[in-house]
Amino acid sequence: MLREGQIRIPAGCAISSIFSKDGKNICGDRIVKSMGVMHDRSNGLGAGYAGYGIYPQYKDYYAFHIFYDNTKAREECEQYLEKHFDIINLSKIPVKKTPAITDEPLIWRYFVSPLPTKLAESQLEEKEFVVRCSIKINTKIEGAYIFSSGKNMGVFKAVGYPEDVGEFYRLDEYEGYCWTAHGRYPTNTPGWWGGAHPFAMLDMSVVHNGEISSYDANRRYIEMFGYKCTLLTDTEVITYIIDYLTRREKLTMEETAQIIAAPFWSTIAAKPPEERARLEYLRDTFASLLITGPFSILVGFDGGLMALNDRLKLRSMVVGEKDDMVYIASEECAIRVIEPELDKIWSPRGGEAVVVRLNGGNR
Amino acid sequence: MGINYIYPEFEVIRDTARCIACRVCERQCANEVHRFDAELGMMTADDSKCVDCHRCVSLCPTRALHIEKSRHTFRENANWTSDKITEIYRQAGTGGVLLSSMGNPQNIPVYWDKMLINASQVTNPPIDPLREPMETKTTLGAKPKKIERDNAGRIIDNRSPRLTLSTPIMFSAMSYGSISYNAHESLARAARELGIYYNTGEGGLHRDFYEYGPNTIVQVASGRFGVHKEYLETAAAIEIKMGQGAKPGIGGHLPGTKIVGDVSATRMIPEGSDAISPAPHHDIYSIEDLRQLVFSLKEATNYKKPIIVKIAAVHNIAAIASGIARSGADMIAIDGFRGGTGAAPTRIRDNVGIPIELALASVDTRLREEGIRGDVSLLAAGSIRCASDVVKAIALGADACYIGTGALIALGCHVCRTCHTGKCNWGIATQREDLVKRLNPDIGSQRLVNLIKAWDHEIKEIMGGMGINSIEALRGNRLMLRGIGLTEKELEILGIMHAGE
Repeated sequence: MLREGQIRIPAGCAISSIFSKDGKNICGDRIVKSMGVMHDRSNGLGAGYAGYGIYPQYKDYYAFHIFYDNTKAREECEQYLEKHFDIINLSKIPVKKTPAITDEPLIWRYFVSPLPTKLAESQLEEKEFVVRCSIKINTKIEGAYIFSSGKNMGVFKAVGYPEDVGEFYRLDEYEGYCWTAHGRYPTNTPGWWGGAHPFAMLDMSVVHNGEISSYDANRRYIEMFGYKCTLLTDTEVITYIIDYLTRREKLTMEETAQIIAAPFWSTIAAKPPEERARLEYLRDTFASLLITGPFSILVGFDGGLMALNDRLKLRSMVVGEKDDMVYIASEECAIRVIEPELDKIWSPRGGEAVVVRLNGGNR
Repeated sequence: MGINYIYPEFEVIRDTARCIACRVCERQCANEVHRFDAELGMMTADDSKCVDCHRCVSLCPTRALHIEKSRHTFRENANWTSDKITEIYRQAGTGGVLLSSMGNPQNIPVYWDKMLINASQVTNPPIDPLREPMETKTTLGAKPKKIERDNAGRIIDNRSPRLTLSTPIMFSAMSYGSISYNAHESLARAARELGIYYNTGEGGLHRDFYEYGPNTIVQVASGRFGVHKEYLETAAAIEIKMGQGAKPGIGGHLPGTKIVGDVSATRMIPEGSDAISPAPHHDIYSIEDLRQLVFSLKEATNYKKPIIVKIAAVHNIAAIASGIARSGADMIAIDGFRGGTGAAPTRIRDNVGIPIELALASVDTRLREEGIRGDVSLLAAGSIRCASDVVKAIALGADACYIGTGALIALGCHVCRTCHTGKCNWGIATQREDLVKRLNPDIGSQRLVNLIKAWDHEIKEIMGGMGINSIEALRGNRLMLRGIGLTEKELEILGIMHAGE
């Protein structure tokens, strides 16, 4: 059986997220509970979580979460890390053994910062340096896979049902201002932990429910800019597109949404002249980054969260609000189970980005 | 007078019971096949002059006529086929180069027919174009290299000049001279009504058609016929013709007999003089020279017109296209070896160049590998025959397609492949006034509009099936294609998987 990256596997899914605009600490068990009610939207072949604000004591360091197939891969990877980074702390990620989760790889966590000499030598921006190093490890070191590399955030994922994965990673021991989660229903059995979602790049993490029809058009275009789609999943290409548009082209999340879920030409034509020109420009300039086919995505980033549906809204997604809290999930029940009394609940329209940010900026 | 070794290729079959000797066939045939024999009181035919264009068949009021391929054969021989034998007779008789027209008819793989298109099932929904928006609007031109903002943070529109098409199809270059005034008028009017573009070819632009300028691409070819400032300024885009799929590596020759009246004025050459386009542009012997011409044309038009460079699909096409993409051109038109022509040496047409499918795939791949695919738009030409060919071309990586032969067929062309004789009975590839007037531009333009609209519907239907509701998301989306009956190497070049994979 080919594993993720050797074959393209379509998948249906469940997604959920919690966000505190005031930056209050939310315990990880809340998001696990939310995912639990959507059990039937997953099939046990992959689930994961991303938490933001979970490592305040190390918030200035990149937190690398790494899967190793064996000790040899770990040694090789650690040698590479030592050569390029100052490693402040390293440990196994604490897990709780459960019969529902088996065949786990070695799971390690490192807090690092790039070696100033190496960084200067590379002539790269710090973030780009970190990205290139992690791509290097993922593609060149057999059996090592960095699945989380942002600051003050972390991804936890595995093969299993969402509630079991949450228990396995002891998420009730973490607190953060934002959580996103994913339960997977792939139409094949990859059985590889790296293939589970969220998919993350630096601080940005993406969970996605859908199957995009524009995949190869997007992939072949984004690969021109140095990205390498190794997993062949929608989530991976979506993450690269958002990274490219926000980090490299310095576009806002809202502008990014207007590219990947661009309004129809007829909608653009009906806008006032200045807005029309702006939307036309974005759509025309980044035509090959338009994403079609069903998707609902949650994009976690430093200090914020974006939710977006495809232009036709071919996947369900609802948003609920209560005081400073924002809840977004595939199904309303996943919100009600953790917050029965909402101030407001609605379904964003297709292509309408919902962006929430921390009050008072990033932490 | 020696013996004529060549037996007529076609037989004119006339049902005498149906024939009423109205002599329509006689009047309609510019090749003078039909004749009324007053003594016998019946119509007769000289089969040897028939080109199988079906003009008489279509106009016979009693359907008394049809044309059959002659059953007369040489002794069967897989090597010395009747074509090869007949051509030798012809050349031994005349000492001349064999001439042909229209595209390569040889039995060489048509890769469009060896690619199959995907559709959605279960994991994502097909989209019904009758119920949901389905977008085929296409913009052509280089993408900006960098986002720029003003002081207020607003994005500055730094896009280079572009073309906007309602659907990714354009009419390819066919010169006034090679085709008739009425054919040109039909193309121009249809392009305007459809919101697409037609292409003047290298024969200049007739004064009467300047009003269609916003939907016109003007060509600058090696002969520079009809090129002047106003010509360039009138157009929506300028195409530098470096080569043509039907005859890569050679120029063109429009005989003096066709350089009459308006054709002479439009080409800006004296009446009766042969219009000879040299094989190369004599100011372009290398890529750096091409760059100079690109920028000369941009200068001449104040950087307001996109520049297209049209090349024939030849062996080293990917490297050539990469050079062009770096030359300042906004678009590259690639013309495959099945592309049509008004006249070309048969040996060249049938043996030089490569199929558009392979050329397009390898160019698109190369430009992406070099990270410069966004710097140019790719136009695919050279026998795009139907809507599914367009879909496949776009999935391979084309931004839009040019159609030439297809458009002429819509105007009534029967692909008899004798354009070079100038006696087109359908009023298309001729300058004979009595023949030209047979093509009514009111009807001709409407038929072209119908054709493109029909293809647009079909493209939308196919896209919807794939769950794609915008042509941008189909562009270069090779996962939507699978090969059938292709070798590993062919699949590798096309960048697609085999059916079942």
